[in-house]
Amino acid sequence: MKTFFRKLFGRSETEMERESRITTAPLDGEQVGALVEERASRLEPEQLIVGAARSVGMQRDHNEDSLFTFTTTIATESYSVPFGLYIVADGMGGHQYGEVASETAVRSMSDHLFRKLYMPVYGMNGQQPEESMQEIFAQGVLEANQAVADKAPGGGTTLTTVVIIGNRMTIAHVGDSRAYAIYKDGRMQLLTRDHSLVKRLEEMGQITPEEAEVHPQKNVLYRALGQSEPFEPDVSTAPVPQPGYVLICSDGLWGLVSDTEMYRLISEAENPHRACQALIDAANQAGGHDNISAILIRLPD
Amino acid sequence: METQKITSNLTPGATSGTIRHLDSGVVLNGRYQTQDIVGLGGMGAVYRARDLHFPKLVKLVAVKEMVNQTRDPGIQRTIIQNFEREANILATLSHSAIPRILDYFSQEDRSYLVMEFINGKNLEEIVIEQGGPISPEMALSWGIELCDVLQFLHAHQPEPIIFRDMKPQNVMLNQHNRLMLVDFGIAKHFEVGQRGTQVGTEGYSPPEQYRGDATPQADVYALGATLHHLLSNRDPRLEAPFSFADRPLRSINPLVPPDLEAVINTALQYNQEDRFMDASVMKEALLMAAKRTGYLGQTSLPAGMGTSLFSEGGLVKPIWVFDCEDEIRGSPTYYKGNLYVGSYDNNLYALNSATGEFIWKFATDGGVVSKPAVQDTQVIVGSEDGRLYSVSTRSGAMIWSYLTNGPIRSSPRIAEGHVFIGSDDGFMHAVNIAAHRRSWRFDAGAMIRSTPHVSDDAVFFGTEEGDFICLDFGGGERWRYRANRAITSSPVVQDGAVFFTSKDWTLFSMDAEKGWMLWRYRLGKASISSPAVSDRLVFVGAIDGSMYAVDTNTGREAWRFQAENQINGGPVVYKESLYFGSVDQNLYCLDYRTGKQRWKFQTEGPITGSPIIFDDIVYFGSLDRKVYALLA
Repeated sequence: MKTFFRKLFGRSETEMERESRITTAPLDGEQVGALVEERASRLEPEQLIVGAARSVGMQRDHNEDSLFTFTTTIATESYSVPFGLYIVADGMGGHQYGEVASETAVRSMSDHLFRKLYMPVYGMNGQQPEESMQEIFAQGVLEANQAVADKAPGGGTTLTTVVIIGNRMTIAHVGDSRAYAIYKDGRMQLLTRDHSLVKRLEEMGQITPEEAEVHPQKNVLYRALGQSEPFEPDVSTAPVPQPGYVLICSDGLWGLVSDTEMYRLISEAENPHRACQALIDAANQAGGHDNISAILIRLPD
Repeated sequence: METQKITSNLTPGATSGTIRHLDSGVVLNGRYQTQDIVGLGGMGAVYRARDLHFPKLVKLVAVKEMVNQTRDPGIQRTIIQNFEREANILATLSHSAIPRILDYFSQEDRSYLVMEFINGKNLEEIVIEQGGPISPEMALSWGIELCDVLQFLHAHQPEPIIFRDMKPQNVMLNQHNRLMLVDFGIAKHFEVGQRGTQVGTEGYSPPEQYRGDATPQADVYALGATLHHLLSNRDPRLEAPFSFADRPLRSINPLVPPDLEAVINTALQYNQEDRFMDASVMKEALLMAAKRTGYLGQTSLPAGMGTSLFSEGGLVKPIWVFDCEDEIRGSPTYYKGNLYVGSYDNNLYALNSATGEFIWKFATDGGVVSKPAVQDTQVIVGSEDGRLYSVSTRSGAMIWSYLTNGPIRSSPRIAEGHVFIGSDDGFMHAVNIAAHRRSWRFDAGAMIRSTPHVSDDAVFFGTEEGDFICLDFGGGERWRYRANRAITSSPVVQDGAVFFTSKDWTLFSMDAEKGWMLWRYRLGKASISSPAVSDRLVFVGAIDGSMYAVDTNTGREAWRFQAENQINGGPVVYKESLYFGSVDQNLYCLDYRTGKQRWKFQTEGPITGSPIIFDDIVYFGSLDRKVYALLA
């Protein structure tokens, strides 16, 4: 926590202590809040503040979700921009293949993005990659798919990857984990599409929501990593919600906690770490029937 | 029969993760010597093998292998019994489009089905190799052939046989150009029951198959899906399930006759009862469509097939027409009731936008092929004589001029008291309007015909050498990108992304601030058309005559519209419509969300500029030397 505050205020503990001795009157909560807000917004260079949390849930005995976060600043002589790579993967399949699948997918995807995106841009001869962002992402997903098929035969996994560079984000997505853009005015914009068969049937009016709830193929994804049929990943790019947040989570969270509730917990939490913990707690209180994972990124104001 | 048919490769109950395939040269059942793997499925491989009972000649067979993945001996036995019962049924079928079953046997954890070997390719391979949709003629004839064999299966006694896995991959074209149905759903017995989250990939199966129903109408749907794939070249496994209605065939492939599209639509109806009752009814419908479109008994396409498919729309009459002395290659500008337009006759014209009446003209010493810009009382326009002119909007008298060292084909852009304009002299010029003087010029090293886009303190443009350059307002370079061919189109910036096309057949989306390429979309030909953006779609024309609509966030095609000749001018979005001209002499108005044509208006010459729309009136010029005003 100390480290966090140091980061937040961008100065040393002793400085803070020294200052606390000169304090003459207590500030009320609102004033403190305003100060924190103001200081946080003055972070230099501009950076992403990230929280992540994971729970096995109340009814499972092992965790098949994998998380990855990497946050830094790309600084060249002419500019400096925040850079972040965030991945949530929700594995499936028996015999621990789910764990292997999600972990393999995360490793493969992050490895690919470091090699093809981060290193070329950040490395010594900082150059633009030859391929487009979307081509790099799509290639990464296909490599991850192959890696999962090789390392976790019979296993499968979702994979939702978000890369933020400056004020733009690129998202690659397969499965039913989700990414949201969250604006300060309360809007929760879903950035991904669930590749769920029953959800699709429900949208088409073929079955009712009640039937969907008990449908034998309720958990069937029509697209996931590890499958042998060809598929094209959903890759998209969009401006970041600024000021605001990006949330990436597994269905263990969004399936149990409503959008409004998620927004409330996020906006009331003092920082993204706390917000993630609160989200996980809410999902566990609602039954926690699955593994729960969340990554919350706060963008510079 | 087993009805659940989600092709799944997840096998939580499996004893081993991967199925080991047989090496070549293994002799099965003392008779079949494997040579090569010719196919892979979830349950095992398909081998090409030699039948050793014919030692004097090479008789090839196909051996389909199915691995029994359960450990429970009781279940194993049931699986083998079911497999053998069904193999017996298949062995009795006699149809030219069904491969003959020659033998079957089980050994260890595997069962094998020995079939006639088909020397050919499956339809998926064919459509991939071809790189585009198959001809409607071919689709009709294949559709009829496939209905024929499905009809045979559906009429089977005592129970109809449902093929339940109709897809291009399961239909082969043999060396005699006959279709063969391969891969009957016999492998399904070897699928292991599953719990928990699973992966199922679909695309061709109807919705009710997920409820466990399999009827002749399921095969009808899957055949519709197969024909849709072949005619659209869009693999339904890459799309959301049951989304065929979102991809109307004729909007993807206008060559498909309406009658054929109608048959496929009926086959693809979401509700079972709305489809053809069975394959024989669908076959009738396909035969009717073939007769009506003239494909049956005719060997070549009737002339004009492609064009007659477009609706002519209502009658569009111009509000007024104005004659210039030479071609109009550029685009008009509207400002406070007046229309300003340049012509190849060297003049800049001012017209009354309501009536088309002539107000004044200003003569330069070269063709005016770009779009004028207006600032308060000045119209600013470039000419092929190399000068940038400022002319009084009221009198048409020259206020000032600025000389570049080459013809000007780029259009001026005004921002922050400056005119930004490119020239064939290879420089981007920034001219201070008040001082009538150059503030800076940037050496781009090649002719600039692209009109600069100015926003966010940045100037974006392309060059004829293929550079795309971003400058700051001081004329300093921020970033550049090198395309393989000239960039003549004018960029447009939206939500931090800049869009432009190149003659290298590409539509680019780049991060406007840092110059990272976000995506690129491959066009059918080169493009010099400037993109327009609206509602998460970017629109652009190309010299292949197509107007493309591409999703700004994903870089995927939303729709495509085919004109009869090149589209060089940029499109314009106004209200719900997209307007653009083509070298085919028409001005088109489409619904911008779907790409459906609302109307078109024919002039007497190619249209190379962009229209402008103001107050529900479209203004544009044509190479027929006329300026037109139409009701939008």
